[in-house]
Amino acid sequence: MFKPHIQVKSLNISYGGHQALKDITVDIPEKQITAIIGPSGCGKTTFLKSFNRLIDLQEGVEVSGQILVDGEDIYSPKVDVTLLRKKMGLLSQRPQVLPMSIYDNVAYGPRIHGLKKKKELEYIVETRLKESSLWNEVKDRLHAPASKLSIGQQQRLCLARGLAVNPEIILGDEPTSALDPISAERIEQRFLELKDKYTIVLVTHVLRQAKRLADYVIFLYLGELVEHGPAEIILKDPKDPRTKAYIEGTFIEEVKIRKTFMYQEV
Amino acid sequence: MTWRGFKDAVSAKVMFLFASFILSLAFLMAVGLYWRARPILAIRPLKTLLFSAVWHPLKGEFGLASFISGTLWVTVIAMVIAVPLSILTAIYLSEYSHRRVRELLKPVIDLLAGISPVIYGVWGIIAIVPLVRDYLMPFLSERFAFFPFLSDNYTGYSALTGGIVLAVMVLPIIISIVEEVMRTIPFEMREASQALGATKWQTIKHTVIKKALPGIVAAVILGLSRAFGETMAVLMVAGCDLHGFPKGIFDTAYPLPALIANTYGEMMSIPLYDAAILLAAFMLLVVTTSFNMLAWGILLRIEQKGL
Amino acid sequence: MNWRKIEENIFHGLMLLSTALVVGSLAFILIVIFLKGFPALSLNMLIQTPRGGYYLGKEGGILNAILGSLVLGVSATLLALLVSLPIVFYLNIYLPKTSRFAQVVRFFFDVLWGIPSIVYGAFGFTVMVFFGLRASLLAGTITVALFILPMMSRAMDEVLKMVPFELKETSYALGSTRLETALKVILRQALPGILTAILVAFGRGISDAASVLFTASFTDSLPSSPLKPVATLPLAIFFQLGTPFPEVQQRGYASAIVLTIIVLLISIISRITSRRFTKHVVK
Repeated sequence: MFKPHIQVKSLNISYGGHQALKDITVDIPEKQITAIIGPSGCGKTTFLKSFNRLIDLQEGVEVSGQILVDGEDIYSPKVDVTLLRKKMGLLSQRPQVLPMSIYDNVAYGPRIHGLKKKKELEYIVETRLKESSLWNEVKDRLHAPASKLSIGQQQRLCLARGLAVNPEIILGDEPTSALDPISAERIEQRFLELKDKYTIVLVTHVLRQAKRLADYVIFLYLGELVEHGPAEIILKDPKDPRTKAYIEGTFIEEVKIRKTFMYQEV
Repeated sequence: MTWRGFKDAVSAKVMFLFASFILSLAFLMAVGLYWRARPILAIRPLKTLLFSAVWHPLKGEFGLASFISGTLWVTVIAMVIAVPLSILTAIYLSEYSHRRVRELLKPVIDLLAGISPVIYGVWGIIAIVPLVRDYLMPFLSERFAFFPFLSDNYTGYSALTGGIVLAVMVLPIIISIVEEVMRTIPFEMREASQALGATKWQTIKHTVIKKALPGIVAAVILGLSRAFGETMAVLMVAGCDLHGFPKGIFDTAYPLPALIANTYGEMMSIPLYDAAILLAAFMLLVVTTSFNMLAWGILLRIEQKGL
Repeated sequence: MNWRKIEENIFHGLMLLSTALVVGSLAFILIVIFLKGFPALSLNMLIQTPRGGYYLGKEGGILNAILGSLVLGVSATLLALLVSLPIVFYLNIYLPKTSRFAQVVRFFFDVLWGIPSIVYGAFGFTVMVFFGLRASLLAGTITVALFILPMMSRAMDEVLKMVPFELKETSYALGSTRLETALKVILRQALPGILTAILVAFGRGISDAASVLFTASFTDSLPSSPLKPVATLPLAIFFQLGTPFPEVQQRGYASAIVLTIIVLLISIISRITSRRFTKHVVK
C-alpha cells in the first residue's frame, strides 16, 4: 500500500446540466507518477482541474463530494484557493506563456506570493530552469520575451514556472501532446527525475506514454471510474473488460461524447 | 455571356466604383476644405493663425490660439474623468461580472452612445451647470485658490462643465473597445496565472492589462478624437465667449468646433472669415483623422497578429 | 497574504463604483430630461408649426422640426443604404477573404467613422457653395448621408462577416452567381443585423445638429421642397434654448423629450426586429 497524497471521495461534477464526473472515489499515491487514461471527452481534464480548483473559473459548475489533500478538504469554504494552487503546479496541453520575459515568467509565481528579494528570485529562476533542462538554452537571454521561444522550450518554461512556487504536486494535462517527439521526450525525462520529490498526476491519451511513465493508473470512461491500480497490473492484465478493450486498442466508442466546455465568454 | 452572368459582372463593377468612392471621400474632404481655407493661408503665416490669440475678424485678425486652447482644456478634463472610469468599468464587465449582468449593461452603454449630442447639452444646462455653479465652483475655488481652480466666472458655464458632459459622451466608446480587446485575450492565459496561485486582480494587473495595453491605448485615442470634435454639447455648456485663454477649469472655454458652429451665419459677410473658419474645420479634420488612423492601425494589428 | 486580498477588494470596489457611475449617468440624463420637459409637453406642441413670434413666446409647436427630422432622416438613411449595401456585399461576397482592397476600404470606413460631424457639415457647406446650391433639404440629406455612411457600413460589415462560409459555399455549389448569393441567401441570413444597423444609423442621423447646421439651415414651415431649407429637431431644441424667454426654453426642454423618446423608440424597435426577423436565419 502507498501513502495517499490526494484522496477523492464520491466526487460528482457537472457543468450546466451535463454531468462530467460520476461518483469518483480513488486515492492518488504520494511521490509517484499517476496516469489518468481513457478515451477523449471522458472527464479526465475536469478531474485533473478539480484538484487545483481551476474548474471554479467556469460558469455553472457544481461540485459535490470531497477532495482531500494532505487530509484537508480543499472545497471547504475556509480554504484559501490561491494557497492551494501554490501547492500544485499545472502543465497545460498547449504551453501558455505569460506576456513577459523568460525571467519574469519563472519569477511570476514567487513574486505574486510576496517574494521580492532579487537575489532569492535569481536563485529560484536559475534552479528551476536547470531543473527543467532549459537553462543552457536561455541563460544568455533571460530578459527576452518568452513568446519568442519554440513550443518545446515554452513547455519547459511552463514547467520551470510551475516548479518555482515550490509545489508538492505536479499536474499535467496531456503535457506533451502539442510537442515534437524530441521535446516530448525531454519533458518525460524530467517527470521521471522529478517524481522523487513531487507527486505527479498526468492525463494522457497515449498509452505508450502511460506505459513509460506511470507507477499508478486510473482509467476513466464516460465520467466514471472504471478501474485503478498499480501500472503493471492495469496495463498488462486489467480486470474490467472495458479497460481491457481500451488497452488492447479494440475500443469501440459507441457513444460520441460532446465536449461541453463552457468557459466564460472570453 | 448569360443574362445572369451579365448582371453579376455589372453589379461587381458598380460596387467597385462605390467602394472607390469611399476611399476618395476622405481625400475629397481634405481637399475641399483646404481649397476654401487657402485664401487666408496666402496672406497670413500658419504660425500666426495657430499661435496668436488675437481674434478680430473685422480687422482681419484670425488668431485661433484661444480656441485651440479651449479645445485642449475641455478635452483634457474630459479624458481625465473618462479614462479611469471607462477602463475600470470595462475590466469589471469583461472579467468580473456575470453573464446576465453583462447582458443587462451592454444595452445601457449602447444607449449612452446613441443619445443625441444636443440632449447631452440640454442635460448639461439643466444639471451640470447648476452643479458647477452652486457646489463645485464655490467649494473648490475658495479652498484651493490657485491654478487650476482660480476663476472669476461664477456662471457655471465653464471648461469643467464642458469636460464633464464630454466625459460621459466619450465613456461608451472607450468601454466598448477595451472590453472587446480584453475578450480576445485567451482564457488559458488567465488560467495559467491563476493556476500559480495569483488572485483574480493580480492576474488582471500583471497579465491581462499588460497584454491588452495596445488596445487600451487605441481606445483612449479614439475617445480623445471624439472629444476633440464634439460640437453641440460642449457649445451649449462651456461658455463660448471671446475671453481669451481659459486659465482654470472654471473659466469659460470656446473650443474650435463650437467656433465653427457659432459663426456659420456671419461667415460669408466678412472677408476671409469663411476661409479662417474652414481652416479651423480643416485642422479638425487633420487632427482627428491622424488620431483615428493611429488608433485603428493599432487595432488592426491586434486583430491580425493577436496581442 | 492579507494585502493581496485587500488590494483585490479595493479595486473590486472601485470597479463597481465606476460601473454604477456609468449606469447612473444614463439614468441621470433620462430622468432630468423627462422631469424638466414634461410640464411643458402638450399635444398642441406636437401638432402645430410655429406661428409668428414662436420664439418670442407666442403660439405654435414644433411639428415643422418633427416632420423635418423624419423626412431628412429617412432620406439620408435610404441614400446611405443605397451606397453601403453594395459596398458591404462587395467586400464580403465578391472579394476573397484576404483581399488587400477590402482591408483598405474597411480601414477607411473606420477612419471616416471618427471624423466629427461638424467637419462633415463644413464639407457639405463647401460642396454646396461650389455648386451654387442653397441650404436645403437636399443638401442636408446628402451631408447626413455621408455622415452616417461609415457607421452603417461598419455595422453591416460586422454582420456579414459572421455569415458562415458554408452558407456561401452551398449557394455557389448550387450554381448561383455572386449577385444571386448576395441577394437571395446572404441578405436573408443577415437581415436582422442589417435592419439593426439601418435603425441605429437612422437614430444617429436625426440626432445630430452639427451636420445640418450649415447645410439644411432652418425654417418654420413644414418640409415642402427638397430645395428649400428644412427644420430639424436638434436645431429646434438648440434655438429654443437659446432664447431669453423662459416659456420658450421650457418648450425647448419638451422638444428634448420628443427627440429622446424617438431615439429610445428606435432602440427598442431595433431590438425587437433583430429577434423577429430570424425566421429564415440558419444557425
